Amino acid sequence: METQTITQEIGAITTDAVKTPTIEVSGSVALLEALIVEGVETIFGYPGGAIMPIYDALYDYKEKLNHILVRHEQGGIHAGQGYARTSGKVGVVFATSGPGATNLVTGLADAQIDSTPLVCITGQVFAHLLGTDAFQETDVINITTPVTKWNYQVTDATEIPEVIAKAFYIAKSGRPGPVLIDITKNAQIQKFDYDGYIKCNHIRSYRPKPIVRQQYIQQAAELINQAKKPFIIWGQGVILGSAEQEFKTFVEKSGIPAAWTILGAGAIPTDHPQNVGMLGMHGNYGPNVLTNECDVLIAIGMRFDDRVTGRLDKYAKQAKVIHLDIDPAEIDKNVKSAVPVWGDCKETLPLLTAAVEAKQHDEWLALFNDYTRKEIEAVIHDELNPTSGEMTMGEVIKQLNDITKGEAVIVTDVGQHQMVACRYAKLNKTRSNVTSGGLGTMGFALPAAIGAKFGAQDRTVVAIIGDGGFQMTLQELGTIMQSKVDVKIIILNNRFLGMVRQWQELFNERRYSFVDIQSPDFVMVAKGYGIAGKMIDQRADLTTSLHEMIDHKGSFLLEVMVTKENNVFPMVPQGCSVSEIRLK
Amino acid sequence: METQDNEKQEYNITVYTENQIGLLNRIAIIFTRRKINIDSLNTSPSEIESIHRFNIVITESEEVVRKLTRQIEKQVEVLKVYYHTNADVIWQELALYKVSTDVIAEQVSVERLLRENGARAVVIRKDYTVFETTGHREETDALIKILQPYGLIEFVRSARVAIIKNSEGFNSKLREFERLEPGEDVVENEYLNKGQKVFTM
Repeated sequence: METQTITQEIGAITTDAVKTPTIEVSGSVALLEALIVEGVETIFGYPGGAIMPIYDALYDYKEKLNHILVRHEQGGIHAGQGYARTSGKVGVVFATSGPGATNLVTGLADAQIDSTPLVCITGQVFAHLLGTDAFQETDVINITTPVTKWNYQVTDATEIPEVIAKAFYIAKSGRPGPVLIDITKNAQIQKFDYDGYIKCNHIRSYRPKPIVRQQYIQQAAELINQAKKPFIIWGQGVILGSAEQEFKTFVEKSGIPAAWTILGAGAIPTDHPQNVGMLGMHGNYGPNVLTNECDVLIAIGMRFDDRVTGRLDKYAKQAKVIHLDIDPAEIDKNVKSAVPVWGDCKETLPLLTAAVEAKQHDEWLALFNDYTRKEIEAVIHDELNPTSGEMTMGEVIKQLNDITKGEAVIVTDVGQHQMVACRYAKLNKTRSNVTSGGLGTMGFALPAAIGAKFGAQDRTVVAIIGDGGFQMTLQELGTIMQSKVDVKIIILNNRFLGMVRQWQELFNERRYSFVDIQSPDFVMVAKGYGIAGKMIDQRADLTTSLHEMIDHKGSFLLEVMVTKENNVFPMVPQGCSVSEIRLK
Repeated sequence: METQDNEKQEYNITVYTENQIGLLNRIAIIFTRRKINIDSLNTSPSEIESIHRFNIVITESEEVVRKLTRQIEKQVEVLKVYYHTNADVIWQELALYKVSTDVIAEQVSVERLLRENGARAVVIRKDYTVFETTGHREETDALIKILQPYGLIEFVRSARVAIIKNSEGFNSKLREFERLEPGEDVVENEYLNKGQKVFTM
């Protein structure tokens, strides 16, 4: 069947004034046609009973849609997330009804809290069986309502083109997020008169971005121009809005020091002179302490997560806060703003840049550098340059930086290694940092790295994962094997669930409750999947092994044995103010 | 932060929505997720065909209510959300009371009862009588107290419906929403226009 021509043909004729001819297609074909028009190239999925008609149609679309068979639906959705994060496009995931759909829930929650654009298609039992406790029936719409930006159940094939168009529009516009479309089996099979696919660009009840108000731009500029100690904190909004260049111009003209949340990492390069480092619980010393000393705090595309703010009633109380965000619900949610700059930062930043005076804040910037020096002395130097004892996580990242030169995509899981990697990984480019920020989903990294590679095929993708998190989704090694995707995997093995152990050490009198996790021989597991691997426990082997991994043709798993009981510092203990950050 | 922001009182939240299956749940979980009790919830058609109107009553501080309205308005099928104190709305609840006709006929001055409580008899049968009254909570409560001694068999009260005193309806706004580029006044929540009053440190 010459499928691609269906929409093209009809699309061409639709523009004529004559009556549109129609072609009879199934709901499944209409779905796949829609995906093609939306520019989808890769689908991550897993078949099953209730989605079989779609997979049957997919059999004829193998040339046009690259379907990656994952090993578990959670792996599929994390891959979709990784794909969306590196490509900037919408990640597409297929799963069947019941357990297939419920396995998506963790990924949906992760994508919802980290604003990742996804369209998930789930199969559902026949419409006439809804509510009968049919085989593999589960109430997917209600289960996923709190963790989706939008969801919808299709029971009639004629709805499919319009609903898919809405799904893509909603997923990627405004503040992006996951959308789930549940399609009953009868609608997948049902034939209807298809008269083409029209992309959606307006829904009357949905306003993706607020209109920019000049008065707030002016108020913000006045505050910034008068400020003696202004401080920029930015988040993923800059990346989601593709406003990296606009952001850099603003930072450079205003001369203001800027720090990032972990999802904002890489929007401007790590070694930009005004990039003063990472915010939050395990962020850098200066950005945390000086948050409570700045006079104007300019928050751009970030949402004041509690891991960033620490104790809220002692957070930046001295500062006037300017908050730029596309989502009106984020303004004043956690931190009261003096000036709310509503809007897409792609639009607001240039306006703000035009209204602020070109300045340099050398003394103020020097203060950040003083704190950096203190942090290097107290923490960073020893973490990155140990000469004796077991290897540290930090030195692995440092050696990796030396090899990748900051050009790689770094995908991290959750825990100590994540904080270390985010703190020390050098990022030259935007969309280089893929991590589970808001939800903190262990098991995210391996499948996300697969998706990240499909989303950025010309880049090196390195997944950095702990021994705990790796064991949560290691079945996706099977996906790597079968799809032959080139993913470099570093397991930083400290033989502990390190972050929980660190908290137990610091706050629970070293009562190590169920954190000493045993691991299989990871290299042998990889070998079982036909993936090359190596384990090292000697510092002398680190550089050559990292080179071997990066230079290897195809995927490679490098397990590095690191210090068992190392702690990530600095740290803002829970319930403390950011200025109470501890260096040890 | 202004102190009055933190005082709890009844707020009437008015939500204009598309008529879509699942939207009630999507709105309800915004409250339940935060463990906020919904005192009253009514859904009905609005002044515009195809647009539905939710009336939700909760007892919370203005700050919490403001955040909730923003979360509700964020939902794709929600067109507009307003919140008002009781003073800003005209509101009514309807209550039905079922009592034994024998008891009522023998022991109560029905006429006085109906007059004093603005009630009317909806059904009078040999075995039971159903009274109806509409009004504020105190008014519908008052009749419960009066009828209780005579063996109130059944009582039910409806959700609150409320009309916003200071509004010009939704028609003009809807026309804006249907355009591709809505005008500034309908793009954001009402309180945005209050400027300084809302956005103080």
